Amino acid sequence: MDFASFLIQTLNSLQYGLLLFLVASGLTLVFGIMGIINLAHGSFYMIGAYLAFVLASLTGNLFAAIALGIPLALLFGAFLEWALFSHLYKRDHLEQVLLTYGLILIFEEVRSLLVGDEVHGVDIPAVFSASIQLSDVLSYPVYRLVISAVCIVLAVALYFVIQRTRLGMMIRAGNHDRVMVEALGININMIYRVVFALGVALAALAGMLAAPISSVFPNMGSHVLIISFVIVVIGGIGSVWGALVAALVIGFADTFGKVLVPELSGMVVYLVMAAVLLWRPEGIFKKG
Amino acid sequence: MTDSRNPEALLVADKITRRFGGLLANQDVCLTLARGQLHALLGPNGAGKSTCINMLSGDLPPSSGRILFQGRDISGLTAAQRSLVGIGRSYQRTNIFPKFTVLENVRLAAQSRRQQPWRIFSNAMRQQWMLDKARAAIDEAGLGGRAERIAGVLSHGEQRQLEIAMVLATDAQVLLLDEPLAGMGSEESAKMVELLKRLRQTRAILLVEHDMDAVFAVADVITVMVNGQVLESGPPAQIRASIAVQEAYLGQEDSFHV
Amino acid sequence: MKLDTSLVLKLLALAGLACVPLAGADFYTELIAKTLVMAIFAMSLDLLVGFTGLVSFGHAAYFGIAAYAVALLSPKYEAASLWLVLPASVGLAALAALVVGLFVLRTKGIYFIMVTLAFAQMFFYVFHDTPLGGGSDGLYLNVKPTAEIAGFLPFDLDQPTHLYYFILAMLVLVYAFLARVLQSPFGRVLVGIKSNEHRMQSLGYVTFRYKLAAFALAGGLGGVAGFLYSVVFGFVTPELLSWHQSGNVLLMVILGGMGNLVGAVAGAFAFVAMQEVFSMWTKHWQLAMGLMIVAAVLFMPGGLSAVPGRIKRALQGGSAHD
Repeated sequence: MDFASFLIQTLNSLQYGLLLFLVASGLTLVFGIMGIINLAHGSFYMIGAYLAFVLASLTGNLFAAIALGIPLALLFGAFLEWALFSHLYKRDHLEQVLLTYGLILIFEEVRSLLVGDEVHGVDIPAVFSASIQLSDVLSYPVYRLVISAVCIVLAVALYFVIQRTRLGMMIRAGNHDRVMVEALGININMIYRVVFALGVALAALAGMLAAPISSVFPNMGSHVLIISFVIVVIGGIGSVWGALVAALVIGFADTFGKVLVPELSGMVVYLVMAAVLLWRPEGIFKKG
Repeated sequence: MTDSRNPEALLVADKITRRFGGLLANQDVCLTLARGQLHALLGPNGAGKSTCINMLSGDLPPSSGRILFQGRDISGLTAAQRSLVGIGRSYQRTNIFPKFTVLENVRLAAQSRRQQPWRIFSNAMRQQWMLDKARAAIDEAGLGGRAERIAGVLSHGEQRQLEIAMVLATDAQVLLLDEPLAGMGSEESAKMVELLKRLRQTRAILLVEHDMDAVFAVADVITVMVNGQVLESGPPAQIRASIAVQEAYLGQEDSFHV
Repeated sequence: MKLDTSLVLKLLALAGLACVPLAGADFYTELIAKTLVMAIFAMSLDLLVGFTGLVSFGHAAYFGIAAYAVALLSPKYEAASLWLVLPASVGLAALAALVVGLFVLRTKGIYFIMVTLAFAQMFFYVFHDTPLGGGSDGLYLNVKPTAEIAGFLPFDLDQPTHLYYFILAMLVLVYAFLARVLQSPFGRVLVGIKSNEHRMQSLGYVTFRYKLAAFALAGGLGGVAGFLYSVVFGFVTPELLSWHQSGNVLLMVILGGMGNLVGAVAGAFAFVAMQEVFSMWTKHWQLAMGLMIVAAVLFMPGGLSAVPGRIKRALQGGSAHD
């Protein structure tokens, strides 16, 4: 592998890993704070991608689609939390699995009814459609760099929110001691709603950003969901920073696995997970 | 070690220490449990009694120190392994199989002594030795006649007796009993105290208990813990006379009943 | 002798199932054969979910591994021996479950659900990506295995009726096997683990070993179902290992009331019936299924399995109110 292709694979790994982080961070927060296993989280990624497709064809512009899509995803998340997930907090995991499995079926069928089952493409915005020439034959699309940049900005913002804001303090506290938070007079239901909506919006945003490079197709959320599970298992439930590290590990393992051992490409991430399970069954960054 | 001086010593804790982060929950705790003796562990809430019993039973590994069973270092054994060598425990919060019958609860305990998981075609309810052992333990714990009841519907006191029956069915030589009298009425308490007196004759017992009257009525040795350390250890008369203990608690005896 | 109503009902149901091929409606015979295969699959998962308390969301892996094993072990244009392929495919499924169990049983709760799902997905890719599994198109089993032993042919799996009775016999066998195992000391330990694993440990049981044995056993029995699927349909695809397959079998177990072998069989029948009825209405039948699941969880706390108890209580409450 020469340097230019190595660079390209490294950038691809970063971009894929960061995108996965957007999905997995919401998943791990919902796990860690509310104790809910949400199989439908991958559907939010799928819904985001389809939102990007539909809104971009209406407005003619991916930026406009994202600007409209994010508030829609937030609202959708808050609605779902109110209507469904708030009833699940005291239920056992099996019921959570059931309900969210049912939701996947519903989301996919509604998607099929509204948009159909065809594969669609979404255009890269003209401003970012260029490529950077790395060697005579190899180039790297600017749009992928943009995705990575957006994800990094969001990761920093998430760090800031969790470490420095009142909401973040409540999230950290809620993560540890629900009773104490309620004793402080904080409305825990509100925190749950905000966190859940945030998780939905992050996953949907990942789908919107990915739409131009991965195209838009049925069941696109299920692969992302399972990979996100792997990330949460590796990173440790509830740990956003564990999710970031694990997402990058998976990004690199998957991307370089495809290049170096193509026959095993699909399995590499699971082998990484198996190794982590032997070493630390509760994830690398499991909180006390 | 202590066991050379006391041949009947079954379980010895030798300077066991447990840290939780920066907190020293137990510091250099030494205890000797001897056959025929009931050893009571006293102390206010937060003194480290639960940590101590958890280390002895294997639910919690000690940070340092050794635990010896009949002279053999068992500090590295899991809870399951310690049960198999002969250390049985009951829990502060009733810890039974609530949907099973009393007999099935105790039968499972008896079964653990001769595990033959590969015999998947034998019928558990037709293995006479298990049933005999279970019924004997049920009778010994004073639950005779309750064998077919569902454990979850027993009275609180009966559930505590059931816990002890389960430990007895494992042939435990050392009984670690975590507040067996908690939440019992006076009549139930009196029955339990009688049971403890009977059990002591052939076994070593560690009793963690808040009920001072009961403790002074049955204990042969009392160890008082404060802030994770042993404050005083000796026969009841010595504890009663101890100025340190009096200063620490007996003056404010009410705190024991919290 | 006292008449055992439950035994009589089971025998009646069995007699009913035995009469199905006599009706001569091939479509329904095949549909019920397929349902019986799923019923075996559901019983195998019930051993984990309903009896041991291990919520596996990746049980399709062992179903699929055995199904692929049949296709891979059979010569291309000749019949393989049933007496070799059946134990080999079941053994492979059990072995895979044993190895996976070593990893997944180190985790609990939410982790366990996620990790079982992830390992199943790994096997999905084993068959999807490597030359071994023939890609997303899967493999064909051109010739069904033969039951011939030393020139004698006790039954012929190429004949639909024989195949149907073979499947029914396997169902009865798996049921009897599990019922027996659950009565054994081993089975009682599994139920004890489901009820209170911590207490089992403090009683001297190394619960990990028991759970591992249960996991491998369930994988092997799931493999029996996978084997039969392969023989019935004559082809296998990676979809057999997909998480939808794992989700569906979990639904069957829950529908039938967990921890009840006959319930698992009933759950498989209920699931296939719903699938057939909904798909007659609309090609979007999964929408109806999804809505039903969500409504069931929301409006029936304690799960579908609590429904019979609730009905019973409601009826008793009507007659003898206290």
